[in-house]
Amino acid sequence: MYGTGLKRLSIATVAVIATAMALIFFYAPMDADQGFIQKIFYLHVPLAITALVGFVVGGVYAVLHLRSGDRRYDARSYVAIHLSIIFGVAVLITGSIWAKASWGHWWVWDEPTLVSFLIVFLLYATYYPFRYAIEDPERQARYASVFAITAGAFVPLNFLAVRLAQSLVHPRVFATTGGGLPASMMLTFLVSLAGIALLWVTLVRFELTAKSASGQVRRLRRALDAPRAETSSGRPRVAPELS
Amino acid sequence: MGTLLALAPALPSGEASKYVAAAYLVFLVLILIYVAIMAVKLARIERDLRELADHAEQRRGRSEAGPGPADTTETPHRDPQVQAVAEEMRN
Repeated sequence: MYGTGLKRLSIATVAVIATAMALIFFYAPMDADQGFIQKIFYLHVPLAITALVGFVVGGVYAVLHLRSGDRRYDARSYVAIHLSIIFGVAVLITGSIWAKASWGHWWVWDEPTLVSFLIVFLLYATYYPFRYAIEDPERQARYASVFAITAGAFVPLNFLAVRLAQSLVHPRVFATTGGGLPASMMLTFLVSLAGIALLWVTLVRFELTAKSASGQVRRLRRALDAPRAETSSGRPRVAPELS
Repeated sequence: MGTLLALAPALPSGEASKYVAAAYLVFLVLILIYVAIMAVKLARIERDLRELADHAEQRRGRSEAGPGPADTTETPHRDPQVQAVAEEMRN
């Protein structure tokens, strides 16, 4: 049951995000270079890290699905990728706003970090049409898992390639040499990262609970031999359900 | 977000704050849209469950009224599949 402990998780998420907001706006010092604009960093970077880790988590669940044949892992992989794409949209929009405020441009094409994230995002954007193009549920789940593993492996490779590239514009705030974040900024960043990660976990659990409930309703309908409702009958099965 | 900005004494109110507010609002709006979509899905599940409950009650009413030609099979309560699902949902 995915709903177990969801209430406590939600409360913890709200508490950590509220703490992060307080730290961002009342505790973390102003950046000497960017000033107040730098506050976007505490939202944008945790979102990007969580989205990329979420893509990898989707790949790990896909491996478990192919190894065990258990459809629950396919559903978890689907939901992990789904939430990571939503977070990816937020990363691209907040990044563009930050770029406009800092650099005067909404997008900079010769910046490896931006373009690489866009490539990863567009790659995962093909997950839905790829998945929905296959009607047979078994094949759909299997092929989607292969996609999730391949794309999931691409994420860390992409990250390494960008780190190795010599960037001219994008700041390297976690560089091992040449300074880095001061302690107060690092603390704020880590709390923000924890809050965004908790939000991702909560929403994944929330969606899995809804899918589980939907699957149980479907089972109950079959068991009772009840006719389907007008609105849901004939609807193609495009997303995995838990039963 | 607006309240937060108003409460923070050290926060600037110039061009920078507009961009920061926009970034945080975009995130908030995305999450709200997601939650709204999930709420619609949950409402659909609730409606389906209500239909199933009505259907189960009609079947029980028919079986209590007396076994007819269509009611020679077991009642919903004795159906092991129904019991398994009900047990799972209780847990």
